[in-house]
Amino acid sequence: MSYFGDIYKGIKTLLTGMSVTGKYFITSRKGAITQQYPDNKNTLKMFERFRGEVVMPHDENNEHRCTGCQKCEIACPNGSIEIIWDRQIDPETGKKKKMIDQHIYHLSMCTMCGLCVEACPTDAILWAQNFENSVYNRSHLTKVLNQPGSKLKPGVEE
Amino acid sequence: MNTMNFTLSTSTTIYEWLLGILPEGWENTANIGTMIVIALIYLAIFAVAGLYLVLLERKVAAWFQLRLGPNRVGFWGLLQTMADALKLVSKELTGTIKADKFLYNLAPYFVIVTSLMALSVFPFTQEFQAFDINIGLFFLIAISSIGVIGILLGGWASNNKFALIGAMRSGVQTISYELSIGLSLVTMVLITGSLQLSEIIEVQKNGWLIVQGHIPAVIAFMIYMIAGTAETNRAPFDMVEAESELGAGFHTEYSGMKFAYFFLAEFINMFIIAAIATTVFFGGWLSPFGITESIPWLGVIWFIGKTFILVFLMMWFRWTFPRLRVDQLLTLEWKYLLPLNLLNIVLMAVIVWLNLTIQF
Repeated sequence: MSYFGDIYKGIKTLLTGMSVTGKYFITSRKGAITQQYPDNKNTLKMFERFRGEVVMPHDENNEHRCTGCQKCEIACPNGSIEIIWDRQIDPETGKKKKMIDQHIYHLSMCTMCGLCVEACPTDAILWAQNFENSVYNRSHLTKVLNQPGSKLKPGVEE
Repeated sequence: MNTMNFTLSTSTTIYEWLLGILPEGWENTANIGTMIVIALIYLAIFAVAGLYLVLLERKVAAWFQLRLGPNRVGFWGLLQTMADALKLVSKELTGTIKADKFLYNLAPYFVIVTSLMALSVFPFTQEFQAFDINIGLFFLIAISSIGVIGILLGGWASNNKFALIGAMRSGVQTISYELSIGLSLVTMVLITGSLQLSEIIEVQKNGWLIVQGHIPAVIAFMIYMIAGTAETNRAPFDMVEAESELGAGFHTEYSGMKFAYFFLAEFINMFIIAAIATTVFFGGWLSPFGITESIPWLGVIWFIGKTFILVFLMMWFRWTFPRLRVDQLLTLEWKYLLPLNLLNIVLMAVIVWLNLTIQF
């Protein structure tokens, strides 16, 4: 009879749900996901996929991987990225070549959508995991990502 | 002791003490004084107990959701709800212009007073029972359903559509589930043969009623817990408040202490539902197998312990099950719980009639 079958099924599914939450209740003490933020400021490490801000990593020779292709600037839906570039003579080949002067990133306008990082063909920009982005002056949120005096890492363009 | 002929226990002690300090011929004054003293003691204990139930709820909720819960105010967050209560006391009591002022202000007191009244009949231990009236269980069922009038008043008088919808839902819910509560307790009364709470516990010295009544008692307990959760308007039966649909339901327009009364009453009601279940199904203050029978005051610990296990069960329900729809709520009551309950009463009657109860 489906009437009693329904009751049996109902009780069974309710007990299944309760066992799931019960397991969470028992393991919650060591598995708690709460971060007690200001207290563990020094040890707190954000997880890998967290999108804090866009950064451009430089290696020990002060070289980055940005070719100045401007794909990130085009991909950005709200104009957070501006690239100032000019044509300079490449010292190695002696040819004129597009090089970035300043890779400007407006953190205040960024929605952390990640389209620029996806668009980058040379993996020049990445997500950083820092999250303490508040400043006292709005202008501090406009950042120049390439370090002064840095240049393109050789071999990236091939 | 002419008009108020209660069987007193805790109250006897206070009554005699008051009689001792008052001059000759002041028995009535002593009687009233006894009630006031007991009321004040209960009020103090249960206002604090209600606050700590709120804290417990928040902690339990946090653990179910892999969080830590309040842990900043005081050690382990123990003073958190005290701080919340202080905040609520200091808040302004707002109201709407078109609200019915008298009823609007009356509603929270209806809710809190009824839930505090119900506490007076519980036998916390053999000696610690304020009023042991012979219709104890009936009194409890009657009192616990008066609270809904407060909710209806609050919803109606605040002149807010969400509040009114919430209040009406509460009416539907309480009228439906009152039947299940009453009938599942009647099932147990078939065994005890008495409505007096101290008598009910006396019967259980031969084994708790959930053991004595075995199958029908377990079914009655399950129905009672479902209906009891619905009666306190808690999730999964919280259509009365239903944050996602109605704002805050019947107490949308309340603020400050008036809101706190509603909030506190919900938690005291939860305690009451669990305490009735403890008394009727799990032997009240009796220890399992009589292991601490020689130390009578430990009964309080047993009673509170059993009650809190049941309160925890209700919190477990709340943080596991999703909210029901109104039609599902009524289907559950009228198509499932009520027929099963009636069958269960017949089953229990047969078992009592044929002496099939398990007694130690």
